[in-house]
Amino acid sequence: MSHIDSLIAEDITAYLEAHENKSLLRFITCGSVDDGKSTLIGRLLYDSKMIFEDQLDALERDSKKQGTQGENIDFALLVDGLAAEREQGITIDVAYRFFSTDKRKFIVADTPGHEQYTRNMATGASTADLAILLIDARKGVLTQTRRHSFIASSLGIRKLVLAINKMDLVDYDEAVFKKIERDFLEFAEELSAGIEIQAIPMSALEGSNITGASDKTPWYNGPSLMEYLETVPVDDARISAPFRMPVQWVNRPNLDFRGFSGQIASGTIKPGDRVKTLPSAKETTIERVVVHGGDLDEAVAGQSVTLTFADEVDTSRGDVICIASDPAEVADQFQARVLWMADKDMLPGRRYLLKIGAKTVTATVLDLKFGIDVNTIQDKPAKTLGLNDFGVITLGLDQPIAFDPYDINRETGGFILIDRMTNNTVGLGLIDFALRRAGNIHWQALDVDREALAKQKEQKPAVLWFTGLSGSGKSTIANALQQKLFGLGKHTFVLDGDNVRHGLNRDLGFTDVDRVENIRRVSNVAKLMSDAGLITLVSFISPFRSERRMARNMMVDGEFVEVFVDTPLEVAEQRDVKGLYKRARAGEIKNFTGLDSPYEAPEDPEIQINTVEMTAEEAADQILNWMRERGWFEA
Amino acid sequence: MWGTTQIKQNWANSLTSQTHLDRLEAESIHIMREVAAEAENPVMLYSVGKDSAVMLHLAMKAFYPSIPPFPLMHVDTTWKFREMIEFRDRKAAEIGMDLIVHTNQEGIDDGVGPFTHGSAVHTDVMKTQALKQALDKYKFDVAFGGARRDEEKSRAKERVFSFRTAEHRWDPKNQRPELWNLYNARIHKGESIRCFPISNWTELDIWQYIRREQIEIVPLYYAAKRPVVEWEGSQIMLDDDRVPPELAKTAVEKYVRFRTLGCYPLTGAVESTADTLEDIIQEMLLTTSSERQGRTIDRDQAASMEKKKQEGYF
Repeated sequence: MSHIDSLIAEDITAYLEAHENKSLLRFITCGSVDDGKSTLIGRLLYDSKMIFEDQLDALERDSKKQGTQGENIDFALLVDGLAAEREQGITIDVAYRFFSTDKRKFIVADTPGHEQYTRNMATGASTADLAILLIDARKGVLTQTRRHSFIASSLGIRKLVLAINKMDLVDYDEAVFKKIERDFLEFAEELSAGIEIQAIPMSALEGSNITGASDKTPWYNGPSLMEYLETVPVDDARISAPFRMPVQWVNRPNLDFRGFSGQIASGTIKPGDRVKTLPSAKETTIERVVVHGGDLDEAVAGQSVTLTFADEVDTSRGDVICIASDPAEVADQFQARVLWMADKDMLPGRRYLLKIGAKTVTATVLDLKFGIDVNTIQDKPAKTLGLNDFGVITLGLDQPIAFDPYDINRETGGFILIDRMTNNTVGLGLIDFALRRAGNIHWQALDVDREALAKQKEQKPAVLWFTGLSGSGKSTIANALQQKLFGLGKHTFVLDGDNVRHGLNRDLGFTDVDRVENIRRVSNVAKLMSDAGLITLVSFISPFRSERRMARNMMVDGEFVEVFVDTPLEVAEQRDVKGLYKRARAGEIKNFTGLDSPYEAPEDPEIQINTVEMTAEEAADQILNWMRERGWFEA
Repeated sequence: MWGTTQIKQNWANSLTSQTHLDRLEAESIHIMREVAAEAENPVMLYSVGKDSAVMLHLAMKAFYPSIPPFPLMHVDTTWKFREMIEFRDRKAAEIGMDLIVHTNQEGIDDGVGPFTHGSAVHTDVMKTQALKQALDKYKFDVAFGGARRDEEKSRAKERVFSFRTAEHRWDPKNQRPELWNLYNARIHKGESIRCFPISNWTELDIWQYIRREQIEIVPLYYAAKRPVVEWEGSQIMLDDDRVPPELAKTAVEKYVRFRTLGCYPLTGAVESTADTLEDIIQEMLLTTSSERQGRTIDRDQAASMEKKKQEGYF
């Protein structure tokens, strides 16, 4: 590598001193492969002499093998890392690149341009100071340009470079450039306020206006791309904002030291400052600002420090330390903009984990107010949010959190949503405002119907009706199944003779009439439980087809699952776990099913268990598989 | 002219602006604290190289005045430079962190080594497999590694929190999005995370930071007169008597240093007289081949690192 910088060879120490004090600019490049995005980044790396000779050799070799530029160097190959991407010729994921010039250091997030990769772009944008929007001069402002501008500005990027590329293909025509610039400025009025836009005519392929002024565009007086990147002020809004620091880790090496470690999200802090920890809202004074190598007189946004308090104030991970005079808000219900990042849709009523700062809480999507078409920036009605959909939602949390609106403070207003089952990050969110202050317990109107109750439990209700002779193994299997369902995080309950006949049905005997009434009552209880969203396991002999049919008809279609625990009388009698058959044979028990009272085996049960051939565990697995195959656990 | 520079310096040191090294340091510390707070059983993989030295230094800063709340682990192939082992043991003792050393005993029993089995087999058995064994044995859920995104193309796309299946595989198509500085460290039992707190550092950043913070590194990075032999296109150091005798006979004393440190038979020396940090940085900035080229493992085939990583190579 050679920064063409004679200083390196002549006075390395001076070079290092200068380089050490460079600032850092993080930017994102948006556009599709067709716009020449990877080519542009490759060109920036190449022109800033960040390519080693061995990489250049490999690049020349690869260009001939896979490139799209004939015998010329295909700069895109330099940045498209993953093998699959190289084969397909598209950039799928976010890739981070590093280069520096004499003036600045840069971290580039190279993100894909197609609509299906909107989430990847948002990921890159979340940490960027500036966005370069690539536009093919032949095509002008396209839908995707609008989409990229919207996402970049939504995520808080305030500086946009309109890189009007491929000017070589329109003969460096000023009129083409001017029209595109005008079109874009007109559209940009719909974006959030306060965005600076710089349009630059260029050709990444020919290197025009990349690092220096091009003689092909004498009509253009503005900076080249590199000049702009090197000089654009990175005004750190975080420093002038009120002090915030989420507590990441409580630092307790011994009984004499108790500090709170975190990265300052915004503002400045010094010993003697009055602070408030949220959500508890207790006030104290900063005693020390501790870092390795000595305490600081003052620390600013971006620094990772450890703070100690003058008083014992109970503070733990996830709390936010704020300047007392201007603390963050505390609430447990919000309106937020959400970008959905998972294949599985976001549904109102569903619960997710929400991580903001160092705090993770449970969040319920109360309502999806509307979707936003990322291409037109227009509201559109929506019932769910799919992958890469943008929408406005209301959220309810299980506990209050400290926050600032995202547009005011990017560090304390952004959150991620995590799927509780898969642990994947499924959405990003930008808090707009609190729906109400925490404290007045009053939830948003949400119809708490059976559907909502089931969704809350993330399951599909079912009534698993185990029927079979006494001693056939119904309860044993039901209990084994309940354990497995419990292990899967499902909400269940077992209804059997033990808990029903001793209470609700203790007035009933074993006559046919009483048996029918018994089943009628149990069916009703099971129905109520399924309305509550539970998976109910009913374990009753229930010998008559007509009563089981009555139970089936009472349930919501598809929720009644008849499980025939098929054990031949001889086997059940042989097992005789409770000694009942013996007593019945001895005439001590009347109306005993299978002996002097009939058992009508199901004709078409959903599941039939042959207990002679399998254990209760295996039977439970058979039922579980049956449910899984029918999508019971995908609710 | 001098006056202007002075003013600029002061301004840069004032409250309004952090330098790029400050920003990188603060980010790495933030990442380490997240792991310490969220992981049940984290470990720091310590390779004894310069990147590990920086990572360890950052860990000390992150938790000061506490000692970093996790152990160090070194996967020892038994072919590391002797100076690395001495350095490792001394450092761990100085800081007071627990040091776990793991070696693949099966590999030892089978006599696996670079001279007898070649670099690919040796690396797979003694490094990749050994690492998996160690992670399984101690049931670590998060392991810090010192990889950087600027090292190699497939690493440029790897997350800071890089998810591994229970089989230790990396799925580049199925990575969790990482937004802002909000890291999702949630995993199921058996799964694990490789966490790369210095992802955003470049090689130059590492050297500058070592210089700024005066971090001690293994002396092998500095040029000195050392016995080397030519093997498989690289100059390797005669570190012990396991070099085949006919090869050892060809040894010559040369001023060399190492740009990366690993198993001595697989780590090519470069001829150099750079024996100060400034000289090393100068040499690096003026040199014309990238850092990893000294490592035999990358040269095998295109996209080789990506393949290795999917299989569990760090």
